[in-house]
Amino acid sequence: MTRKNFQFRIALAATATLLLSSPAYAQNTAPAASEPAFSPGFSFVEKSGEDLFANVCRGCHMSDGKGATGAGTYPSLAGNGNLESSGYPVGVVVNGQRGMPPFGAMMSDDQIAAVVNYVRTHFGNSYRDTVTAEDVRAVRR
Amino acid sequence: MQSEPVTVSRRDLLSLIGAFSGSAAMYHAMTSLGFASDSGYKGPIKLEGDPNGASVLILGAGLAGMTAALELRKAGYRVQILEFNSRPGGRNWTLRGGDSFTELGGVTQTCEFEQGLYLNPGPWRIPYHHRAVLDYCRRLGVALEPFIQLNHNAFLHAAGAFGGAPQRVHDIKTDFQGQVSELLAKAALQGKLDEAVTKDDREILLQALRSWGALDRNYAYKANLVSADVRGYVKEPGGGLGAAPIPGEPINLSDILKSRLWRYLQNFARHNFQTTMFQPVGGMDMIGKAFAGQVGDVIRYDAKVTRIQQDDQGVTVTYTDLKAPASPQLAKADWCVCTIPLPILSQLPINVSGRMKAAIDAVPYSSSVKIGLQFKRRFWEEDEAIYGGISYTDLPIQQIAYPNTGYNRAGKGVLLGAYMFGPNAFEFTSMPPAERIARAVEFGAAIHPQYRAEYENGVAVAWHRMPFTLGCAGDWSEQARAEHYDNLCQIDGRIVLAGEHASYIPAWQEGAILSSLDAITRLHDRVVKK
Repeated sequence: MTRKNFQFRIALAATATLLLSSPAYAQNTAPAASEPAFSPGFSFVEKSGEDLFANVCRGCHMSDGKGATGAGTYPSLAGNGNLESSGYPVGVVVNGQRGMPPFGAMMSDDQIAAVVNYVRTHFGNSYRDTVTAEDVRAVRR
Repeated sequence: MQSEPVTVSRRDLLSLIGAFSGSAAMYHAMTSLGFASDSGYKGPIKLEGDPNGASVLILGAGLAGMTAALELRKAGYRVQILEFNSRPGGRNWTLRGGDSFTELGGVTQTCEFEQGLYLNPGPWRIPYHHRAVLDYCRRLGVALEPFIQLNHNAFLHAAGAFGGAPQRVHDIKTDFQGQVSELLAKAALQGKLDEAVTKDDREILLQALRSWGALDRNYAYKANLVSADVRGYVKEPGGGLGAAPIPGEPINLSDILKSRLWRYLQNFARHNFQTTMFQPVGGMDMIGKAFAGQVGDVIRYDAKVTRIQQDDQGVTVTYTDLKAPASPQLAKADWCVCTIPLPILSQLPINVSGRMKAAIDAVPYSSSVKIGLQFKRRFWEEDEAIYGGISYTDLPIQQIAYPNTGYNRAGKGVLLGAYMFGPNAFEFTSMPPAERIARAVEFGAAIHPQYRAEYENGVAVAWHRMPFTLGCAGDWSEQARAEHYDNLCQIDGRIVLAGEHASYIPAWQEGAILSSLDAITRLHDRVVKK
């Protein structure tokens, strides 16, 4: 597809929720953890770690961070020892790894630092050291 | 697929330059010229020579796997297929009323479309130059009908342009082309192109611009019957009294440029999207079902592969029968054609060379979401005279595609209410299915206000949530292709890979079939020469 360069960020109409009462989906009306944002181009607009997780990572790693299994597996981030060394998740987010797409071109250094810090302090993880944008920049080189 | 800014590391760059600069440059040049996407299908495959009862285990009953099974069995092999799903086809898939599916995360959607209406959540169109797909359709008796890529009366829409009002393709296309022609004609008439074109050619160029741009005799593009003959009318010519046509006022060039709507015109020009395109009558899965009509007897469904091991004697695949998961099962054969999507295969224990394993690990899959919406009536036809084709928008839904079948009928209709890639696809994947649908309805109502009154039900397929692929399709960077593609396609001992990911036409069914035909040709060559 051609690259999109949306001119305007879209404001969401609250009326969308009315449609959630459609009979087939009446059982699935749990509200999103965070109001979704819609990115107007090839880069994500979400800034905070929480928003990035809710709008990007959650697609595969799920709301509880526990991932899912079908023919293959999206690994659980909950209590995941691979997150101990902060360089590992930074590298995976920037460059991708197997089924994990690379996000280095779609997120800034600040965004990647924010989402890695969010994951390392939620879902049963409580790592105290913080990843900075400089750390991400170093991984990109 | 996406054209993304690529971050090249020094290591990658060196290996790129060191090893493959020639082929990468060639690939780039061929892509620019449009050759790389020509399929190169040479007609039905001929596997001559006796395989002496050799057996082949095929992993995956998508188009690549079933092509391999059909052709290898015909050549004298004993074949067996293991398939994760309970149906054939893989991404060749159609959703109809009553169908249900469960995505990763556990939400089950049941399609509520009325009988006869459907959504193709995966592939949905076949270019005229995808000769392998077309040939198998012909040989397997799959009826085709036109897929409308360009509908001049569909919409181009930008939320921030023209007060948010959607514009007709014929207006944007004609007005853009007409005013660009006018500019060029003006430059030519003022002698500004004299260094670039000879005097004789200048006269022909002016004639051509007048014809191509719908210019008047003074080389002007304006509201008159000359431009209206291409762009259409405010009041169409009719019959009887007061029937004279009234031409419309062109949209001025500056507004078109600023709206960015011109960029969608490329979707009607690209080689893969040129007329004639096709779709199977009744749904894309007619192709998968037709293949299964030939090889369904060798498919073991609900089989989840967990391990692939080869040695001098053959290949042993461990799998779980999802209907009776207690004890792992073994399947053995002399050879293996593996079509398992790479996000899954990269997680399985498999003893192939380091180079092939690196290739398996190197290809991310793109994110994509398709949403089908059923409406009480075909308002796009009844109210807006849009019969098939695609509207493009800069809203997150990116496209609205109208059914290319059942035209002009009373009653309900299903359209494709969103087809997205890039960040919006990730964002929609992250929502529960019901919310994806609700958002698609809300965004779509900006283009078709009838949505609000006419919407009935929908289904949303987010490809990263599909348990059998974990993504849409192989998203090769030029750099990864240079470094890994050949290693991915080589026969490794007794194992060869096939699928759209092992082709230069990723995400297209043609790529899956061509890759399979190439893989089994090389495999057969090895078997008969052994």
